[in-house]
Amino acid sequence: MKILQTPINPDEVRSLKVYDTIGITGRVFTARDAAHEKLLALKKEGKPLPFAVGDYPCFHCGPVMRRTNDLWEVVSAGPTTSIRMEIFEDEFMDAFGTRIFIGKGGMGERTSEALKKNGGVYAQFTGGAGSLMAGAVKRVVDVFYLDELGIPEAIWLLEVVKFGPLLITMDSAGRSIHRTLAGKVVENLERLKKTL
Amino acid sequence: MMMDFERLTQQLIEPIRQSVVSLPKATHDAIRRAMDSEDESGRVQLDAMLKAIDIGISQKIPICQDTGTPTFFVRIGTGFPGFSEIHKLEPALRKAVQIATREIPLRPNTVHPFNGSNPGDNTGFHIPHIVWEICGDDSCDITYLPKGGGCTNMSQLTMMTPGKGIKGVKELVLERIATMAGKPCPPTVVGVGLGGSAVMCMELAKKALLRPVGVRHSEPEVAALEKELLDKANQLGVGPMGIGGVTTVLDIKIEYEYRHPASFPVGITVQCWANRRVKMTVRPDGSVEVHP
Repeated sequence: MKILQTPINPDEVRSLKVYDTIGITGRVFTARDAAHEKLLALKKEGKPLPFAVGDYPCFHCGPVMRRTNDLWEVVSAGPTTSIRMEIFEDEFMDAFGTRIFIGKGGMGERTSEALKKNGGVYAQFTGGAGSLMAGAVKRVVDVFYLDELGIPEAIWLLEVVKFGPLLITMDSAGRSIHRTLAGKVVENLERLKKTL
Repeated sequence: MMMDFERLTQQLIEPIRQSVVSLPKATHDAIRRAMDSEDESGRVQLDAMLKAIDIGISQKIPICQDTGTPTFFVRIGTGFPGFSEIHKLEPALRKAVQIATREIPLRPNTVHPFNGSNPGDNTGFHIPHIVWEICGDDSCDITYLPKGGGCTNMSQLTMMTPGKGIKGVKELVLERIATMAGKPCPPTVVGVGLGGSAVMCMELAKKALLRPVGVRHSEPEVAALEKELLDKANQLGVGPMGIGGVTTVLDIKIEYEYRHPASFPVGITVQCWANRRVKMTVRPDGSVEVHP
């Protein structure tokens, strides 16, 4: 498992290929549907960003959190279904220069094009493995828009050590395991239909 | 004898915790067995799942951060001592969800559909969702199903042309599993509801998920269809987390009702590998006995 440190080095990201496995050490931030809308709106209105958005991987995740004596702790934090963010990520990359998206289930052609254009990758963390991810979090650095968006939709900036294994399923050369596999699965489906 | 509903509320917290920090044994075993069939990349995914389960159990934290929409299936007999006060059961379950959300903790997952506001305690209009079944005996069973959003989004209702028959059903199920690919966190359990109405087939499909992994339908004809679809779904090649492999589904469950001659409703629901649920028997004093 190759470890990438944040802030992200764009050259390092460009060198990643599908089926590579990486881990992240440094910072990641969580962002689901509402957080994407929020950050893109700030950008459009020319308002200041709450942190250096483009420096860190964007993690599609709505965690379970616990607050003890004003200190937040991650309880469980696996990825959410990334395809919901398909309508945002090309604009997101243009706006912030984000290079790594982490989620599950894969993303579509619009994002694949944008990854190619911007030198980015999409990495999949095992869906449902929230308790495993929580072990990689050393500290909750900050939270943004908690009152407005609630726990799952808020932006959590997390300090992580060897967060992984993250499987690169879409790379900056435009390759996508999801696309390749979908083709094979359809072939299998057509073959199986003849046996029914 | 009056039922102690306050005690029931307190007694429900541990089973709810158990439901989100562990998996039913049959599911856990099925994921372990899948390790033998997958290549390296599939095993990495399954290994992460098994580690997450172990951490969940040992640290008593939710395996998956999506602790679902709180749903209770209540089967209650008219002879059960608490039956005359059945209206007190809904508030007791609601209270249990609120306490469990704070104590375990669960992710606050209820959102107002108009303005997105989140009360923060996993309750809201008609949530927790309760599916009632009234029987003639004197017992009461409750199953808690914390079903996640990602797999629920893969649900599908088809008002199939009746002439397509069971072959049409097979095509629909395999097409659904193929096209949803990695999105519902495979290996999944797929519930299929046949017949009834649009509403009824979807409810049947969801109820079908309550049957443990590996347990076939009691009627041979239905069991054979489950087996055939299970074998063929695992030849699609979707694999663990949709990155290729032979374990796409852990099981397929089918339930049916009679249908209108002009309609053939086919409901499909999908349960992610984190196939979490807990079943318990409620005693008249408000205590509960969790089924293994």
